[in-house]
Amino acid sequence: MERGFRRRQVRRQPEDEVITLEGVTKSYSSGAPALNCVDLHIKQGEFVFIVGVSGSGKSTLIRLLLRELVPTEGSIYVMGYDLNRIRHSQIPKFRRKLGVVFQDFRLLPDRNVYENVAFAQRIVQTPAREIRKRVPSVLAMVGLAGKYKSKIKELSGGEKQRVAIARALVNRPEILLADEPTGNLDPANSREVMRLMEQINENGTTVVVVTHDKEMVNRMQKRVIELDQGDLISDEEMGVYHDED
Amino acid sequence: MRISTLFYVIGQGFRNLTRNRWYTLASVATISACLFLFGMFYAIVQNFQNIVTEAEKGVSVTVFFGEDVTEDMILVIKAALEKRPEVERIEYISAEAAWEEFKVDYLKEYADGFTENPLEDSASLAIYLNDVSMQPALVTYLESLPDVRKVNRSEMTASMLSGMNRLIAAISLGIILVLLLVSIFLISNTVRFGISVRREEINIMKYIGATDFFVRAPFVIESILIGIIGSMIPLVVTYFLYNQVILYVHNHFSILSSLLTFLPVEQVMDKLVPATVLIGVGIGLIGSITTVRRHLHV
Repeated sequence: MERGFRRRQVRRQPEDEVITLEGVTKSYSSGAPALNCVDLHIKQGEFVFIVGVSGSGKSTLIRLLLRELVPTEGSIYVMGYDLNRIRHSQIPKFRRKLGVVFQDFRLLPDRNVYENVAFAQRIVQTPAREIRKRVPSVLAMVGLAGKYKSKIKELSGGEKQRVAIARALVNRPEILLADEPTGNLDPANSREVMRLMEQINENGTTVVVVTHDKEMVNRMQKRVIELDQGDLISDEEMGVYHDED
Repeated sequence: MRISTLFYVIGQGFRNLTRNRWYTLASVATISACLFLFGMFYAIVQNFQNIVTEAEKGVSVTVFFGEDVTEDMILVIKAALEKRPEVERIEYISAEAAWEEFKVDYLKEYADGFTENPLEDSASLAIYLNDVSMQPALVTYLESLPDVRKVNRSEMTASMLSGMNRLIAAISLGIILVLLLVSIFLISNTVRFGISVRREEINIMKYIGATDFFVRAPFVIESILIGIIGSMIPLVVTYFLYNQVILYVHNHFSILSSLLTFLPVEQVMDKLVPATVLIGVGIGLIGSITTVRRHLHV
């Protein structure tokens, strides 16, 4: 059923692309559109920065990609799913193929490191035996193997973000979406988190990082897509952030 | 669904109980109070119905016959009446038996002055009903029979008993319905509070790809557990309190003891236990499912 559904959707999305936006506009009830006729094509295995100042439309883009919002106009395809037509019951299956990391970490404060990561596997009904194998290996990958019993409040900001990354990765997503992942971190922790993102990308996962951290974007020399007041104003391979601030 | 997922979801339901333990305690206490009142009303209604049923058994219709109606003819009528569904039993009182009873009750030593039976035409049938509300219809029927001279009835008692029975049942039903609605409202508030406290966790679950079932089920299980715990407490209290109340009534209102026949606690609990637990679970289910649907868009 799911395979058939995917095949049906893939006809509208080029085979090598995992994210495709065609003429996407998103308007809220009042004011100018948050996104204005955006075309965007991201291929499997790419590392992409989406940059822009506050109000440029970055958060709306993330929420559209998570299918939290639907576009007012245009089409969005993610991993073969037509997000305009996806059925409500298919949304959880779709989201399981995405890993999401937020600026404010969004961890469960009443559970320890291990439980926060295992939680993501329990939700997708992974067998308990596999959870016991997979969670320690992902925690080792993000450098937190020794802290699996720690309470969330005992961790530093960088460690919290690494737990969030471990949780996003534990279900082996095809795409990792990171919304301002270094926004609450000091420069040293920011570099550490971005090094981890690169490593994840080198293992084949498509990484999309939404940020306004100019220094980090310019240092990493990746593809940079810039939004300004809802318009996509530049898209450069090995680009830089042209923010005038 | 995997069995481990099922256990996880049930475990989360239990865990939710302790996460907001004061709110859980408040919900359990209020549901217990409502179900305790329900139990009390149920016990009162059951006992009252028992008393009414006992009283109804003593209510009879007495039928007198014309002068030319023989004992054989009366017995034929008796046999025909016994086939009617509302009739429980019929006693034939011959003229001699009626006179003997009259003498014992009213005349005593003065009865010796009578040489003949003055109640010669007073052979009668005393008809006892299994449903006193059918009395007027039966009386109308009896009065239409050509051999019947007179029908004595205690319509006042009959209509009063059946009316009071209906009134008590209606009032109890009304109070119980109000209590149930209050309980559903309370459990719905508990769930709404739980959802607002765990909004962040629910959002995380949604982003990770949790299904509607996975997000909603722990709230429903939590509410069912509150309903079950909330039903057990009043049952235990009712069990121990019931006998104490009966003992108190017997000791302090001994004049009523001869009138009132209380049901044994086992007979009351027989239906009260499943009814209370079912209502507790029902309150939990209705309160949580409606709230989860309204406030948990996943």
